[in-house]
Amino acid sequence: MSEQTDTNRPFEPVIIGFTCNWCSYRAADMAGTARMKYGPNIRLIRLMCSGRLDPTFVLKAFAGGADGVMITGCHPGDCHYVEQNYKALRRYILLRKTLVQMGFEPGRIKLLWASAAEGAIFVEEVNKFIEQVRALGPLNWPTSGNVEEMFAIPEQMMIQEATS
Amino acid sequence: MSTNGKPKFAMYWAASCGGCEIAVLNIHEKILDVDANFEVVFWPVAMDAKYKDVEAMEDGSILLTLFNGAIRNDENEHIAKLLRRKSKILVAFGSCANEGCMPALANLYNIKDVVDTVFSTVSTDNPSNVRPQPSYPVAEGELHIPTLFPVVRTLDQVVPVDYYMPGCPPESHQIAAVIDLVIQVLQGKAELPPAGTVIGAGGSTVCDECKRTRNVKKIKEFKRIQEVMLDPEICILEQGVLCSGPATRSGCTALCPSAGSPCIGCYGPAEGALDYGARLMSAIASVIDSNDPAEIEKIYEGIPDPAGQFYRFNLAGSLLRASKYGWNG
Repeated sequence: MSEQTDTNRPFEPVIIGFTCNWCSYRAADMAGTARMKYGPNIRLIRLMCSGRLDPTFVLKAFAGGADGVMITGCHPGDCHYVEQNYKALRRYILLRKTLVQMGFEPGRIKLLWASAAEGAIFVEEVNKFIEQVRALGPLNWPTSGNVEEMFAIPEQMMIQEATS
Repeated sequence: MSTNGKPKFAMYWAASCGGCEIAVLNIHEKILDVDANFEVVFWPVAMDAKYKDVEAMEDGSILLTLFNGAIRNDENEHIAKLLRRKSKILVAFGSCANEGCMPALANLYNIKDVVDTVFSTVSTDNPSNVRPQPSYPVAEGELHIPTLFPVVRTLDQVVPVDYYMPGCPPESHQIAAVIDLVIQVLQGKAELPPAGTVIGAGGSTVCDECKRTRNVKKIKEFKRIQEVMLDPEICILEQGVLCSGPATRSGCTALCPSAGSPCIGCYGPAEGALDYGARLMSAIASVIDSNDPAEIEKIYEGIPDPAGQFYRFNLAGSLLRASKYGWNG
């Protein structure tokens, strides 16, 4: 990401956090009201439910330059839409398995259950995750930068047109 | 315009298997319509032509180019750019050109491993461990062979593409319909679809075309197709065999499920799906019959190669495009 191209500055991980409208987003809200601090590294995106989380969102975050992705939802049994957080759980486990095969450190993705009352837990877990991703270092997925550089070939190797 | 007044037609293969060309010939007597309405100026698999002949053509002088194959090396890229310049309508033809297909599965590995797999397997007789060199001096001068890129790309990652025609290979009845359409356009009886359209395919999913009966899906265990006697009437996924129908674009008339085999996803992402694998993962995960993390992990052991399973045809066209090992090639 552009924020990390300046090599003199220490690495600050960029983390995308997906929150559920009914629980974890309110936990984050509660943390804010109570003036509990968590790192500015996480950018929260509110969904109506963790079950709305299409794995595409996570892949798009990584492909676009995120270093980590945190998915949060209601505790098992507490879903506002009955059982969609279980679907989020199943998608998360399958997506993580696929990402690990693609060469991702499993520590770059995390699932957290946090109720609307658990502002303190939310803050603690976000901060822990930021440090975990910081320790892993930048991901710098090539599609987030100048991907064309990967395909440059030396001038003398380039195919010349016979007529030119 | 061409010497005999007919519009020019070209077809090219980059990193591909040749199945797309077979599919074109499989339109049977319709191929005569192609000949009646077009002058075939360049089609390496069917006729003798040199790159320099294409280079000598006027820019934009080829009306229709069907480009199949992915971009694996700099020769593929060079011809893609050349044909883009020479063609009015460039069609990404078949899965390789659209989304990478089988050649792009190499994007899971770094390029050294790919080359080793070809030149250093136990079944390869290569005692001095010879590797192809990109350039080699001989008495007559320096010889070059194409340079491999670290990862395979799709056609539209290299040049702008006018239309997309998916399938591995595109079904012959779909090819015939597209050729009919182009001929009607030439005769002023029809109009071309807007640029960027997916042609020769449906706008829905394979499930939508599949005739099998669907009930509630609850999967406790994934099975390989050889481990079960599939019921011929019921949804294959419901029977615990991974089927890519839910994420795959319609257009093939659900051929594989009709023949008792799961869909493997060759028609690419369904309309609106940004990432094929993500769409399929989402669909598969939601029908797992467990809410217990340990049990879910156990069920997923039945998918030992998720990247290969979910991105079998689509790795180059996916959001990540390659694994970390591929990018680090």
